[in-house]
Amino acid sequence: MHARVRPFAPLPALCLLSLALPPLAAADDSITLASTTSTENSGLFGELLPAFKAATGIQVNVVAVGTGQAFELARRGDADSLLVHDTAGEEAFVAEGYGTERADVMTNDFVIIGPGTDPARIRDAGTVADALSRIAEAEAPFASRGDDSGTHRAEQRLWESAGVMPGGEWYRELGSGMGPTLNTAAAMDAYTLADRATWVAFENPQNLELLFEGDEALFNQYGSILISAERHPHLQHDLAEQWHAWLISEAGQQAIADYTVNGQQLFFPNAAE
Amino acid sequence: MTGDPNAFHIALALVLNLDAALFDIVGLSLRVSLTAVTLAALIGLPMGAALVLWAFPGRGGVIVLLNALMGLPPVVAGLGVYLLLSRAGPLGQFGLLFTPSAMVVAQMLLILPIIAALTRQQVEELHGEYRDQLQSLGVSRLRMMPTLLWDARFGLITVLLAGFGRASAEVGAVMIVGGNIEGVTRVMTTAIVLETSKGNLPLALGLGLVLLGLVTLINAGAYLVGEFARRRLG
Repeated sequence: MHARVRPFAPLPALCLLSLALPPLAAADDSITLASTTSTENSGLFGELLPAFKAATGIQVNVVAVGTGQAFELARRGDADSLLVHDTAGEEAFVAEGYGTERADVMTNDFVIIGPGTDPARIRDAGTVADALSRIAEAEAPFASRGDDSGTHRAEQRLWESAGVMPGGEWYRELGSGMGPTLNTAAAMDAYTLADRATWVAFENPQNLELLFEGDEALFNQYGSILISAERHPHLQHDLAEQWHAWLISEAGQQAIADYTVNGQQLFFPNAAE
Repeated sequence: MTGDPNAFHIALALVLNLDAALFDIVGLSLRVSLTAVTLAALIGLPMGAALVLWAFPGRGGVIVLLNALMGLPPVVAGLGVYLLLSRAGPLGQFGLLFTPSAMVVAQMLLILPIIAALTRQQVEELHGEYRDQLQSLGVSRLRMMPTLLWDARFGLITVLLAGFGRASAEVGAVMIVGGNIEGVTRVMTTAIVLETSKGNLPLALGLGLVLLGLVTLINAGAYLVGEFARRRLG
């Protein structure tokens, strides 16, 4: 027995390095914004947030999740503000009393991505309904987000309007975000519906190409929502209101229009005057 | 893609250029995981030793439960901590969600079973050797605990490293409770997920290599400390 009682000695020194954690709560002048992976992955926030901070001093902390999860975060009072793209869901959110105000902010559009060989021959389809029908008829692999995101909800509406109930071996619900879905589609030579912003910024296309675009039904509206102070009085409502107002102001709208990737404008501001 | 030589170049460039964003991310990863290991050790080491020293009804059940919880999926731990810390949850008023503190709590929950269960195993072996001697000296169980932990210290370093490895490698829990907020809660693993989802696979793999290098350094450090102590103290 060479050792006497030394209660704390077994803790290796490496653990002691970290004992002093600086204060970890977010700074006072910051808000948590629940938004979608499409806005985060496209790099838009890298343009908007510094401009907003320079104008107001407010830091915006973005939690990028699917639209379904973003609504859930806001319902539980875990986000100060919402910027998502599911107009029907947004209106329901306001109608349920969780949101007090919703405003159009910007649009981009969905495109159909698929293997360059285009086995379902959708390149010369007239409408998006036509393109989806051809994919279903050819039973060509289609990778669906399957995650209740804004893009997934849009995809389901598009199948419905094409009169197709997708299912079977060729229709694969992945349950993942836009980027992972594109990675998977690239690996399995599948078609998929993507928002243009994520597609243009995506760096691993392999054989994938943009095969169908331009139908009005592919229009994708983004909205900003103010969260009810009655339901969630603890939130940073004043700061969130400044963010909401800035997004639809001339300065915010200009910053959205100024954001380009490879010289291509990805988001088109359309706030009501 | 795993053989992509670009990843090594990117990893090297990230480190050599002293990329400021990378250092913030690495620093946060270390702070969160080391804090989680420290807190889990403060609870788990005595807990593991106590499970050897005290017999009580249901001890077998506790041991089985701890062993089972070693396999707790990180995303489940994350979801549990999320529901606790969410504004609508029981600890919501502290506003800890989407902060590094929330990430520490989630990682601690993940590695506490590992540290407690493996400590119990290490101490049990020693206890078999020491029991008669300690009892004949009239040492109380409470006094036996630090002695046993101290004499098991070299094995326990490996236990703590196993805990640290699990904490620094997991992504499911910190993604949910941290939110992967740039500059606030983004750590190595969530940054890797983000770059993968952007299709930037070489950068994602490069970040992975940096993380692996870092964990190797920490393990090498612990190994050297252990060897040094072994030689000095025998």
